[in-house]
Amino acid sequence: MKRFLCFVWKESLHIFRDYRTMLILFGIPVAQIMLFGYVITNELKDIRIAVLDHSKDEATREITRKILSSGFFILDRTLDSADQMEEVFREGKVKEVVVFPPGFAEKMQRLSGADIQLVADASDANTARLVVNHTSAIIRDYLQKRIAETSMPMKITPGVRMFYNPSLKGVYMFVPGIMAMILVLVSALMTSVSIAREKEYGTMEVLLVSPLRASQIILGKVTPYMVLSVINAVSIILLGNLVFGVPVQGSNVLLLGVSILYIFLALTIGIFISTLVRTQQMAMFMSIFILMLPTILLSGFIFPIENMPKILQWFSALLPPRWFIVIVKSIMLKANGLLYIWKELLILAGMSLLFLVMSFMRFRVRLE
Amino acid sequence: MEFLEVIHVSRSFGPVNALLEISFTVHRGELFGLIGPDGAGKTTLFRIVASLLLPDEGKVLLKGHDVAKDYKQVRRIIGYMPGRFSLYHDLTVEENLSFYATVFGTSLKESAAYVHRVYSPLIPFRKRLAGKLSGGMKQKLALSCALIHRPEFLVLDEPTTGVDAVSRKEFWEMLEELRDMGITILISTPYMDEAGLCDRVALIDKGKLLQTGSPSEIVRTFPAKLYVIRGENLYSLLGRLRKSPEVKYAFMFGREIHLVFRREPDDPARWLGPLTGTVDGTFSIDPLEPGMEDCFVELMGKKEPVDGEENV
Repeated sequence: MKRFLCFVWKESLHIFRDYRTMLILFGIPVAQIMLFGYVITNELKDIRIAVLDHSKDEATREITRKILSSGFFILDRTLDSADQMEEVFREGKVKEVVVFPPGFAEKMQRLSGADIQLVADASDANTARLVVNHTSAIIRDYLQKRIAETSMPMKITPGVRMFYNPSLKGVYMFVPGIMAMILVLVSALMTSVSIAREKEYGTMEVLLVSPLRASQIILGKVTPYMVLSVINAVSIILLGNLVFGVPVQGSNVLLLGVSILYIFLALTIGIFISTLVRTQQMAMFMSIFILMLPTILLSGFIFPIENMPKILQWFSALLPPRWFIVIVKSIMLKANGLLYIWKELLILAGMSLLFLVMSFMRFRVRLE
Repeated sequence: MEFLEVIHVSRSFGPVNALLEISFTVHRGELFGLIGPDGAGKTTLFRIVASLLLPDEGKVLLKGHDVAKDYKQVRRIIGYMPGRFSLYHDLTVEENLSFYATVFGTSLKESAAYVHRVYSPLIPFRKRLAGKLSGGMKQKLALSCALIHRPEFLVLDEPTTGVDAVSRKEFWEMLEELRDMGITILISTPYMDEAGLCDRVALIDKGKLLQTGSPSEIVRTFPAKLYVIRGENLYSLLGRLRKSPEVKYAFMFGREIHLVFRREPDDPARWLGPLTGTVDGTFSIDPLEPGMEDCFVELMGKKEPVDGEENV
């Protein structure tokens, strides 16, 4: 135990003394999340909208005023007919058209309720979604106030139409993706590089002839990275939440547990890579080409898996981040419990076991 | 029972025969040197002895333990210092030493007396990062680390390579003291001049053992008469000498030519005269006591003809 702790201590010194390692560990996650966060949110301000009001009654005027006074939107123009919609979207300035059907105020009081149509320019899928969400929220807010004032049941159903990209499949939630990427980067890359460094410096030879067992060497290597990765996972979630308002709808404990399983998997992959290589450079290349690039390109982080050719879809099934992203999205956004994610969890656990066994089989008490 | 027995050890890496049928023994309390040029197979052999590599054929017995099978016992006996000083460059001198101490199940305090002789020059630098040490200090630190668990047997792979002459001399003095403390030492070096400092040596080249014995024995068995030629423009002369039918082989040794005759002329000086004809300068030729390097060249020549000539 003392040996093991000493090993962990030594490993931590390596990490804290190397500013590059520290930068990768803590700089990159923050930079990534800021980058992706700001690129994606686009900060809703002064979005130009158009209003097509077939009803022109008190309710529609009130809703329009509320939308425009929210600070997010500017009225670009009012339209007279639906034919003009295509044209204003083509111009590109107007991001959303709010369409009130005829007899809006009257329909509101009926059982069926009134329809309101929000048509967004979804060529920029994220902005479109944000715009629509904000508008819907304002309408809901209006409705609630009206109900409170009049204590009469009223109903407005916002019908949302996304122009150009109707299914919105390209929308990625960046927090799960970044978690998947950063944790693989930190865990697999850093461990494989640090084990490879021992080989390169010849210190591995001495560790091997020492009374340390293979498991002690491996665990000693992995423990500090495990701790740091968990810290990273937590800080990514916190940053996403505090800076960009990405909520964690589901259980925090479950999310943390899943993250730890994923980190463990990434670490075993890192160890496995290190058993294949001799130098730090090789370890780095392997980690980046086997893990980083596929994670970014094929895990569904940026490009939707459904749109990939079949072969790549199968390939992506081999990638741990693909399953992790599904799980995290499920917990964070849908508040799903274990019941919905056990399959994916099982896949991750199986992969961990596989890599762990392979690493121990390949990790030799000798040099070759 | 011999302390260390290397018995018919062979090892190849793909098509390359790194070691071929190597056999020798090291007695207890001996400072034993493995001498050979780069690529001779020294490191491979040491890794096999340290139980880090398995031989293809043959075996190594350390105090009767087969290093391949009983590697756990063997590793407790051995203090191993690999060719690259196995230090953590981003840890300080003290951190390196105490890390190895803990890993080997001991502590700085317990082993203080044991490593004191080697470690004491480093004490003023104990807070310095190992990567910032000079070659000689790195070497001492690596040796301290190898000694930390009080091994009976030190295996040092080229510890003096890349270290300045003064540090090398100091290092050998330390080794002699360690030997006098009762530690058996197996050391490899490409420097022939260090061979004379060992109790016994084995000469190795291209994976083959050329000769084993004490330095004086090896020098004594030099089979021919050796001459030395001194002068200027020796390089121009060397080519001519090698073409001469009387010369078995000749090679540059620092700023001299060492030469062995196939048929020794009655008067070497008169024989040399015509050969130097068009080369500027004056030359002298004298008999010379052979050194280790001469023996090495002679032995290499025996295994493989030098300059494509047939063996005599």
